[in-house]
Amino acid sequence: MTAVASTEAELVRRPLGGRLRLSSTWLGAAPFLVYAGAFLLLPTVLVAVGAFSGTHGPTFSNLAQLSQPYIVSAFVNSLVLSAVSASIGAVVGAVLAYAVATGSPDGIMRRLVTALCGVLSQFGGVTLAFAFIATIGTEGFIVIWLRQHGIDFYPNGVWLFSLTGLTLIYTYFQIPLMVIVFMPALDGVRPQWREATETLGGATWHYWRHVAGPLLLPAFLGAWLLLFANAFSAYATAAALLDIGGVIVPLQISRALSSEVGLDQANLAAALALGMVVVVAVITVGYSWLQRRSARWLPR
Amino acid sequence: MNRTAARGTRLALGMGAMAVIAACGSTSSSGASWSTATSASANGGMSALVSAAKAEGQLNVIALPLNWANYGTIIKDFEAKYGIKVNQANPQGSSQDEVNAVKSEAGTSNAPDVLDIGMAVAWANTSLFAPYKVAEWSDIPADQKDAGGLWYQDYGGYMSIGYDSSKYTVTSVSDLLTSAFKSAVALNGDPTEANAALNGVMMASLANGGTLSNIGPGVSFFKQLNADGNFVPVTATAATIDNGTTPVVFDWDYLNSASVVNLPSWKVFVPSDAVLGGYYAQAITKTAPHPAAARLWEEYLYSATGQNLWLQGGARPVEMSAMQANGTLNQTYAAALPAVSGDPVTLDESQAAAAASYLASNWSAAVGS
Repeated sequence: MTAVASTEAELVRRPLGGRLRLSSTWLGAAPFLVYAGAFLLLPTVLVAVGAFSGTHGPTFSNLAQLSQPYIVSAFVNSLVLSAVSASIGAVVGAVLAYAVATGSPDGIMRRLVTALCGVLSQFGGVTLAFAFIATIGTEGFIVIWLRQHGIDFYPNGVWLFSLTGLTLIYTYFQIPLMVIVFMPALDGVRPQWREATETLGGATWHYWRHVAGPLLLPAFLGAWLLLFANAFSAYATAAALLDIGGVIVPLQISRALSSEVGLDQANLAAALALGMVVVVAVITVGYSWLQRRSARWLPR
Repeated sequence: MNRTAARGTRLALGMGAMAVIAACGSTSSSGASWSTATSASANGGMSALVSAAKAEGQLNVIALPLNWANYGTIIKDFEAKYGIKVNQANPQGSSQDEVNAVKSEAGTSNAPDVLDIGMAVAWANTSLFAPYKVAEWSDIPADQKDAGGLWYQDYGGYMSIGYDSSKYTVTSVSDLLTSAFKSAVALNGDPTEANAALNGVMMASLANGGTLSNIGPGVSFFKQLNADGNFVPVTATAATIDNGTTPVVFDWDYLNSASVVNLPSWKVFVPSDAVLGGYYAQAITKTAPHPAAARLWEEYLYSATGQNLWLQGGARPVEMSAMQANGTLNQTYAAALPAVSGDPVTLDESQAAAAASYLASNWSAAVGS
């Protein structure tokens, strides 16, 4: 029923002289297309070409190198780091977003949280790594303060400079990002649906299980994928925190580009980057599919 | 030139350098171009070089941290002496970053004029260098320069362990495996990436039964260090040493020595069972936008003034023994060098390559978390 209605509406709204409209639309989109071409498509093509190039023409040897154990483990580490930090960020962020969304829409709390999340979701890189080193690093002020009170902050060894520490630091920007991207979906949930459930004799569990849960799941998973990609591509924070050992793929790429001990392999870097592009491409496809599913029920 | 930690934004260079390029061709009094000159004497002499360099007015250097082997003072002194502005790019870059910049910026006014690079990178990129022999060429030992003048070693030192003596005492490499060194021991970079770090692992290898051809015991040492929780996988910098994150650091002695300025309790120890030397090298790029200034910079660095400034920074200049003989060596600076006993060894080209390839496949697994 809705589908028919919307088609009719589109037919009615479609302007006359479609060809003229088309050309002006393209003109308007030109800056975007040029931008996307120069900064997204061209680099991707260069990476792809580089991944298949060697000193003696085209080759598969760069891609073959990706099967080396240390590179495989870097990819595994990257995937685990991204998945874990995205999961923590998604769950905690969703709960926080729900708490805020169910509050007063114009309340001070909501404005404060969204403003704060907007800033913190972009807080990363060297500054964020430094903030953690200064607070819970081996000579961080919390560690020193606890030490003065006879408490060892790291009884089982320092985990800040490891994947565990990196996961903790990533959740610092993942949670606010989740709040920002998940809030619109929560706002789309109408109180009437809950009232309808209750009118029909459903309890809170029924509402979540049969109404809100299925509605919000695509949006939740979509946001999770966005968080995953966000962590997967992050470089500066990791480089500032633990740049020894090439723990994750972006650090391996950096090594392949700037090694001064004779291990510089620009084409291997391209192959590593291509591997990351493939992972992100899969995520992008999944994200747009989930977007379409959630858009069906939560029009904005 | 060796730090790989802060891959910071490259400094914007060459404001107004266009005009300088235009001036290049007309400055040489002998009529010959300085971009192909292989010595000052063959191209009109030192005074012609100085006036040509002054006319260019600028010099592009890259990857020279100011606290590295006294470069801060050296650059300031050179600028004051000749009135040439030294443009510094990417001070924390690696030697490979230097070479990458030579390739990617060739033909622009921002391209590096001179390089200070690790030997592995020097050997691999001689096609980018312009041959040049400074006036003191004969004072550089024969095995420390390319016979054709493509590269020439500049300064060096020994791999050392720097430590905060208010917290620790280090008398041998194996001390570091004890529980007193929890979360204390760091390298200057990743050894698959940074030359100083590779030599740090090699020193650990030599102290643990390895040889210059076998870095394996060094990797095992760091694997144990990591398993014990003593290894800090953070690149040691002046900042991490100051704030105590890396209280024990494997690095060249002249770099470790520099930390005393901010941390008076900092001490430098060169283990007598693993005296590993290493030199960096200078080279002029073929595509130097300021060819005369580049050559003047080398003449300055290899003069007694330049050599003594490196020595002041705790590095051993390549002409040290010749200067000791002719009396130009600054004895105060020389006496301040860390004590070294034992037989010094140095990696050659094939040993360095073998160590790097062993690290490529084994290092991440040894210390990756």
